[in-house]
Amino acid sequence: IGEPVPPQRVEIHKLRQGENLILGFSIGGGIDQDPSQNPFSEDKTDKGIYVTRVSEGGPAEIAGLQIGDKIMQVNGWDMTMVTHDQARKRLTKRSEEVVRLLVTRQSLQKAVQQSMLS
Amino acid sequence: MDTESQYSGYSYKSGHSRSSRKHRDRRDRHRSKSRDGSRGDKSVTIQAPGEPLLDNESTRGDERDDNWGETTTVVTGTSEHSISHDDLTRIAKDMEDSVPLDCSRHLGVAAGATLALLSFLTPLAFLLLPPLLWREELEPCGTACEGLFISVAFKLLILLLGSWALFFRRPKASLPRVFVLRALLMVLVFLLVVSYWLFYGVRILDARERSYQGVVQFAVSLVDALLFVHYLAVVLLELRQLQPQFTLKVVRSTDGASRFYNVGHLRYGRRMAQGKDLSGRRMGFSIAGPALRRVGSLRVAVWILEKYYHDFPVYNPALLNLPKSVLAKKVSGFKVYSLGEENSTNNSTGQSRAVIAAAARRRDNSHNEYYYEEAEHERRVRKRRARLVVAVEEAFTHIKRLQEEEQKNPREVMDPREAAQAIFASMARAMQKYLRTTKQQPYHTMESILQHLEFCITHDMTPKAFLERYLAAGPTIQYHKERWLAKQWTLVSEEPVTNGLKDGIVFLLKRQDFSLVVSTKKVPFFKLSEEFVDPKSHKFVMRLQSETSV
Repeated sequence: IGEPVPPQRVEIHKLRQGENLILGFSIGGGIDQDPSQNPFSEDKTDKGIYVTRVSEGGPAEIAGLQIGDKIMQVNGWDMTMVTHDQARKRLTKRSEEVVRLLVTRQSLQKAVQQSMLS
Repeated sequence: MDTESQYSGYSYKSGHSRSSRKHRDRRDRHRSKSRDGSRGDKSVTIQAPGEPLLDNESTRGDERDDNWGETTTVVTGTSEHSISHDDLTRIAKDMEDSVPLDCSRHLGVAAGATLALLSFLTPLAFLLLPPLLWREELEPCGTACEGLFISVAFKLLILLLGSWALFFRRPKASLPRVFVLRALLMVLVFLLVVSYWLFYGVRILDARERSYQGVVQFAVSLVDALLFVHYLAVVLLELRQLQPQFTLKVVRSTDGASRFYNVGHLRYGRRMAQGKDLSGRRMGFSIAGPALRRVGSLRVAVWILEKYYHDFPVYNPALLNLPKSVLAKKVSGFKVYSLGEENSTNNSTGQSRAVIAAAARRRDNSHNEYYYEEAEHERRVRKRRARLVVAVEEAFTHIKRLQEEEQKNPREVMDPREAAQAIFASMARAMQKYLRTTKQQPYHTMESILQHLEFCITHDMTPKAFLERYLAAGPTIQYHKERWLAKQWTLVSEEPVTNGLKDGIVFLLKRQDFSLVVSTKKVPFFKLSEEFVDPKSHKFVMRLQSETSV
């Protein structure tokens, strides 16, 4: 499996699309969700927020966010014990144009993703 | 003639020298040969003394010589046809030898009977002796005594009936009960009666007890004790054996038909017994294992055979092998040449192995043939079956029951037999073809079909009910008597069985053409635990897996 990867800091600049500011990825998880359905987590009781999809060419991909990453903090706000809706709200604040995320990813996962993308 | 069985008295001999046993084996073998010749269904045998003939019994005898105590089969019984003078002398000798064993068996029965009689008469003696011996000194006893007299009378009657029911019945296989438990019970009764007599002698006879009521109560207590012993006998001899302890798997060796049965603590072991088969005739049993002096019962074997006759589909020798067309290809010759020394024994196994290995390696498509042959056969059977069903249905529409109020010409009214004959012709051909395709024709003669048809017509059965007998192979008991009337069953076992079933015992019940392999397994010990579930504790939530794109 290899050495655990240290948490990454990812800075995403939101893209304006009409009325909305989008980041270009999807999240799943939350304390009100069922953690056993999460395909990315190592520990199936983990109720954290995970990146489930990264849209191509979007701000998240440009910033280096990868699918399967677990989001620990958003702009200093903790994301490990929030509900799904709270997480969404914290990411999509209209007043912020830049969000700084603290993410962790599994190193094996990285290898798998890379092999999938290639 | 078919139910004869053979007599042989040497089975119980153990510990004799091998040479004398060999001699006896051989001698026995040709006694059995003379039986074979008269039976007429197997090979015709012409014997000369001292010549062993080759059939299953003789080969078994050879094995017996080599592995003493592995498998021995002995058949017992009587036969009614003529025997030669040599046989006579041999039988006479064996009769003398077998007398001790019969004596011991009868001795046991006699002892039990006398003990029972004694214990039955004892209370009566207790009651009658005081009035006979010292009537003048006896205090008259009033109503209490009369009540006790009545109770003694009825209890003795119940005891009599109970003992008769328990000990003196003639079951279908009249086998003696569990030997050890019976002996134990006899000892118990003996001790009981003896101690009562002792007390009676000392306290009542010597002391000339005056109070008659006391004597009567003493007698009543004895009767109560005997009743309790009888209850113990019921529990030990009957109830203990009812609880299922073992599962028996019975597999027929020829076609693999198998059943599972549950039995209790029964014995299957060895005995020189005469069992009665289902039709009440005497059936020969045989014994297995060394140390044949021990007396056990063949209860499980008989029980299994009963179940066999009504559970297993009838044994049909025509359905055994793969069709010849499939197997014929295999017999292509590999010729094996041996170079070097002519050591025949070594080479034969080597040769056969080489042939088999070569044949296996060769690519052959016989499985293909088999599959297509099977499919074709299935199709044929189904077609014939359809034709048969239609023919029978149509035939049954030609007759109907005559209602009371209808007036018909007397010439037109038929009894069931005639009605059957009338409609049989239209379905005869279809029936015959179907039976031939399913290889059942030896089991159903035309007469039997007619009889069955008559039976069905009499009882207003539908065509489907009539056909039920022919469309599926039924248990052996359904067919004609000659088919299933038990001829010879042989119990073969490798282990010396002493006390009954144990886990892992395997034994065989052999007939000439096939055998039933019985293996025992102990019923597993179940550990049940209880768990109480509160009905209010059943609660559910929805599974949420939202994915939001941001």
